[in-house]
Amino acid sequence: MWARPSQLLRRGIIGMNRRNIRYIGRYNSRRLYPLVDDKLKTKLLAEKHGITTPALIGTVTTQFGIKGLREMIAGHSGFVIKPAKGSGGKGILVIERVDQDGFIKPSGVRLGLEDLHRHVSNILSGLYSLGGVPDVAMIEGLINFDEQLSEYTYEGVPDIRVIIFRGYPVMAMMRLSTAASDGKANLHQGAVGVGLDIATGTAVRGVQFDRSRRDHPDTGHELASLRIPDWTSLLELAAGCYEMTGLGYLGTDMVIDRDCGPMLLELNARPGLAIQMANGEGLRRRLDLVETQPEGVSVKDRVAFSQEHFARRGELRAAPAEPELAQSCAST
Amino acid sequence: MSRLTFYLIVGLLMVLGIGTSLHRHIQMEVPWTPGEQRQVWEVEAVVDFTALGDSARAELALPSHQRGYRILTENTASPGYGLSFLQDETGRRAQWSIRSATGSQQLYYSVRLLVTDDKRKRQIARPPLRDVSWERPYDTAAAQVIERAWMRSADPYTFTRELIRDFSEDRQGENARLLLTQFERTPLLVRLLNQAGVHAREVSGLMLEDGRRRQALTPWIMVFEDEENWALFDPRTAEQGQPENLLLWETGGRAVLEVQGGTNSRVTFSMLSRSQPAAAAVRSQLADDTLLNFSIHSLPLEEQALFQTILLIPIGALVVVFLRILVGIKTSGTFMPVLIALAFIQTTLPTGLIGFLLVVSVGLVIRNYLSYLNLLLVARVSAVIITVIAIISIFTVLSYRVGLNAGLTITFFPMIILAWTIERMSILWEEEGPKEVLIQGGGSLVTAVLAYLAMNNPWIRHITFNFLGVQLIIMSLILLLGNYTGYRLLELRRFKPVTED
Repeated sequence: MWARPSQLLRRGIIGMNRRNIRYIGRYNSRRLYPLVDDKLKTKLLAEKHGITTPALIGTVTTQFGIKGLREMIAGHSGFVIKPAKGSGGKGILVIERVDQDGFIKPSGVRLGLEDLHRHVSNILSGLYSLGGVPDVAMIEGLINFDEQLSEYTYEGVPDIRVIIFRGYPVMAMMRLSTAASDGKANLHQGAVGVGLDIATGTAVRGVQFDRSRRDHPDTGHELASLRIPDWTSLLELAAGCYEMTGLGYLGTDMVIDRDCGPMLLELNARPGLAIQMANGEGLRRRLDLVETQPEGVSVKDRVAFSQEHFARRGELRAAPAEPELAQSCAST
Repeated sequence: MSRLTFYLIVGLLMVLGIGTSLHRHIQMEVPWTPGEQRQVWEVEAVVDFTALGDSARAELALPSHQRGYRILTENTASPGYGLSFLQDETGRRAQWSIRSATGSQQLYYSVRLLVTDDKRKRQIARPPLRDVSWERPYDTAAAQVIERAWMRSADPYTFTRELIRDFSEDRQGENARLLLTQFERTPLLVRLLNQAGVHAREVSGLMLEDGRRRQALTPWIMVFEDEENWALFDPRTAEQGQPENLLLWETGGRAVLEVQGGTNSRVTFSMLSRSQPAAAAVRSQLADDTLLNFSIHSLPLEEQALFQTILLIPIGALVVVFLRILVGIKTSGTFMPVLIALAFIQTTLPTGLIGFLLVVSVGLVIRNYLSYLNLLLVARVSAVIITVIAIISIFTVLSYRVGLNAGLTITFFPMIILAWTIERMSILWEEEGPKEVLIQGGGSLVTAVLAYLAMNNPWIRHITFNFLGVQLIIMSLILLLGNYTGYRLLELRRFKPVTED
């Protein structure tokens, strides 16, 4: 039931207090927070740095502007409404399909335009934002996620969380939404976390509600065969967010679009610690190793370093040769 | 900022906090526990005299802080008289005055004295030696008495002892008897001591005995060994030292009572002993606050009561910090639990808990309906506030009708806090489901209850109110906790699966 502190220490598990003081406090300057706390800012910044993000359909900034919502979303079969300053996945409304009678969530629940209006109004009032400050609603295009991954998830886009420490990818996991998590990819809401080998992007271990799990609870598909396509370029994209934001300890949420490949969904300046559970390994040793590395290493070299040193079980699997995806997507 | 500076600041706060607390405990004798009983004497002096019809003036010596006794409060009653307190190097005196008075006059002075275990001796100025001259045949008698005692003594104290013994019944010689026919015992002894070169003075003391009335002061002899050290001698028995229950009333060597414009003057004393809680005794000490003794007891009572609550908030904060950093309990809002705990203090725990749960659950149901109305957030929160007021009014009226006065105290709950709690809980419900509401709401309540128990503890209330230095200690503890990078208690459970491979 209870672990001894020495057991956790031996495995290099990092607790909340250590994360807050030793990493976030030391490496994340507060003045940089708005860059990641405001998703709209992140998006514009990413655009400037040539980092792909989901397409922005539009923004609603005033209660008056809600009237224009219908026109804005016209012609889009699916979209996501999210608060620019939301946290922890709060206030994200995913509409998978639109038909005559309304808007259908991934769970099949049907919403009317009224519901969308109310949701946007709540966002603008700051209901979901940090500290309740007035917010902006963003409407983004739906991500067409890679078919290869669809068996591993239930109603919703699986995303890949990579912890970037001083620009080095140190640990990664995939978050698979479940029926319990209502299509959201937050572990504490019941999504399944799958630890990923930094070297190859293959599954290491799976957890749900902090307990070990070998298959997806809804689709029943086993998790061991999970393998992220285009892994190295995903890591490079994520690692580039260090230069983009200047934040030393960063959680990057990536998605893989069928057409555009890896994309940056959002950034988090206070990434959670569940990733350690998903990987069955503490962050401590990896962070200590990265702290000894010099500044000013290029993105490619950093990713190569991480793939070499953080390969699971010490064995370096040969990086798979993959055909490059056609870069037909713009960087927005 | 380097860690060294941080630890220096923490250490400084700690030392300062402990230091000022100890100072208050030792210097002001503020007890550590609230239950401690202290003995308090109430002494009343009545001055009687017959006024002659013209202006009258009465001067009474007053006691001051001394070994074993500390003055708490003093009062006087003297209708028609002007009153002033005089202080000089020989002591304090009360002076009553009136332009015209006839017949029997009574003036009252009462003092409350706290019995302390302060053993330090008070510095009293040594009186100068007085020239002593005797008429015949007393000069020879005096010389012989002194000679006799001198031979059998070694220092001022033993000399005094021997001298007094020569005047006591069994050893009384011819010379002593002769002297006693002419002089009063105590002034005579002081005179003889002075002649022998021993500094001494007559002082007046009051033997404190519970429930005694119409007592008089007894004369004592204060003998100085050197400029600083003195000892008291009983002029009747030659016993050295101050009895436990002797209150020195007048130590300046002056008359206890001086009356002008009146005759038959005398002063009598009655006294009463009482036990009272130490905290109350301390509270009524005469305010001689220096900056170091800085105390909120000098404020008006109403402000004191307010401060008593305010000074408890850091305790609540410490509990929250402890539970969040060391245990890892989730609460909704960082210091909401402290505010809820403050409300519990007003309502008492059972009423507060039941009231809180009732109001929040009914509020959640109503808030659930409000969410269908498609309102703007500010309007909705305002509506929730009004709803909360309505719920509270209904509960209060209902409980009053049923005969439960406890229900009335629910009104002490801060409206805004209840409204925000309801609002946050309902959002949490929509966003994360009822489970998270239970976790966070339960966490908040557990924290609030623990904070309440800590804040409502009589011992803690006593300490925080009487020792302001404790605030600094709490501050340093909170700073130290803020520096803790180890695991939280609940994380040991959370991360357990990782260790099971």
